[in-house]
Amino acid sequence: MTQYTDNEMKAISAGRFIKDGDIVFAGTGVSILAATAAKRIYAPKAVVFFETGGVDPSLEEIPMAVSDSRVMSGTCLNSGLIDAFSIVGHRKFHTIAFLGAAQIDKYGNLNTTVIGDYHRPKTRFSGSGGACDVSSFASGVITFMQHEKRRFVDKLDYLTSVGWYKGGDSRKRLGLQRGGAFAVVTNLCVMKFDEETKEMYLAEYYPGITIDRIIENTGFTIDISRAVEALPPSAEELRILREEVDPQKLIL
Amino acid sequence: MSAYPEIADKLMTPKEAVKRYIKNGSQIALGGFTIARNPMAIAYEIIRQGLKDLHLVCHSHGQALDVLIGAGCVKRLEIAYGGNGRYAPTCIRFKKAIQRGEIEFEDYSNYQMSLRFLAGALGIPFIPTKSGLGSDLINLEGFSKKIRKERKVASRKYVVIDNPFNGVEDKVVLLPALTPDVALIHAQYVGEDGTVRIKGLTFTDIEQAKSADIVIVTCEEIVPRSFIRLDPDQNSLPPFFVDAIVRVPYGAHPTACYAFYDYDPKHLNLYKKVAEDEALFKKYLDEWVYGVSSHEEYLEKIGWTALSRIKANPVLGYAPGLDRK
Repeated sequence: MTQYTDNEMKAISAGRFIKDGDIVFAGTGVSILAATAAKRIYAPKAVVFFETGGVDPSLEEIPMAVSDSRVMSGTCLNSGLIDAFSIVGHRKFHTIAFLGAAQIDKYGNLNTTVIGDYHRPKTRFSGSGGACDVSSFASGVITFMQHEKRRFVDKLDYLTSVGWYKGGDSRKRLGLQRGGAFAVVTNLCVMKFDEETKEMYLAEYYPGITIDRIIENTGFTIDISRAVEALPPSAEELRILREEVDPQKLIL
Repeated sequence: MSAYPEIADKLMTPKEAVKRYIKNGSQIALGGFTIARNPMAIAYEIIRQGLKDLHLVCHSHGQALDVLIGAGCVKRLEIAYGGNGRYAPTCIRFKKAIQRGEIEFEDYSNYQMSLRFLAGALGIPFIPTKSGLGSDLINLEGFSKKIRKERKVASRKYVVIDNPFNGVEDKVVLLPALTPDVALIHAQYVGEDGTVRIKGLTFTDIEQAKSADIVIVTCEEIVPRSFIRLDPDQNSLPPFFVDAIVRVPYGAHPTACYAFYDYDPKHLNLYKKVAEDEALFKKYLDEWVYGVSSHEEYLEKIGWTALSRIKANPVLGYAPGLDRK
């Protein structure tokens, strides 16, 4: 069997969700790998864009930040933040956003702000950036998480970005017209959200990962009745990821 | 006589620009975004002049934000994100200052901050959005009631209302406008007529500049009027918005300036290391900020080897093959 790393499996698992015609909002780290891999492998007609205003860059090299000059190179349009957010929430487009977080709850709400008290935190993180905005506006959010109990929590220390809020139709009742958490991609598995309750459930566990290990590392109860084993990355998927997407091995 | 008579009254050094336009307690909008086009030459000069109690307003910021906080110049912050990309996922001095309770801060999101600058630019008192409904950005205020009475601080963080136009329950968030005292923008070109051209992404720089009372533009090059007016579709700001023009090649170092130079991974990694440690950080400021008297001296200290390493391919906009680990 071909060997692969956590980041490779995450990038491939997330990239497989992207369809031709999707407009993909990418951040940095694994999310840029997933977005670039998606475009090169599964959805050549998907468009990758950044909240800073760069639309469809050639991405010959991996950007290290969403303001990296590499997101401005070979684009169809270089603009700014307000222009970028006019794309994320546009009713004509199916927009998928990749995010990461320090904490996530069972409804896919995210915390990227603090651990502990907001005013005097134990740990301060970067903050929302555009995460709160894309969670409000995008058609769907795919979140990358390190699968640990302290990160999959019952109650977030701070709710930076709204997923399904309190489940059911509560997101809509907040006044958010569309969107919501679409999937969570971790180093162990892929989680999705129930159509009715909007609670997170185990959709796919990676080859070699036991369901027990996933349960142990999740801080709330998850439904495992729908779980199937994920397809490992193919040799061709890995080749593209390693040779074309991140040949400098900046993230892989 | 000045080489650029049309802008002779606006052309100045970083030292003069800071002295003339920035005061203790000024509210300052930082241009750029995380590791791109930070107004570093002005930030360093603010530190050298010992300015205090600054109120920074920004969306996603990195190096200038962090070094200003670390040097003790900042009292208050309205911000969406403090990070240096992969070189510091959370800006280190920013993180420490908040964890130690050393600065007053309030969180917004990128789009919200951008809209607040836009509202300021348009001269409207607030602006609606759907962004943030249900989040703690809306639920939790960062500033105390006392701070809310101070100059240039909104009396409330947000107001949520029902859309007054559709007659059904449909929540909308109102954001207070920002009208900073000063906006600091780093651009690639300023024309000898004062026209500003930002190449690559503009982020929220244009809205920030238009929302501010005073605009300080640092630039890589001052270019002929015939050049800047040949292709005005590419321009960002007309001359009359700008109060100070400062020519500082590599003025955004160690952050990137599209088509001119990349970010400097070596320097950002050095900064990451020193920012974690009090003694090392003090030494860093002594060496790189207080220890140089001008931007030219700073460049001299970085050295030609480092500068040539990050020099951008002008067609690609970045330095291909640069070791960025």
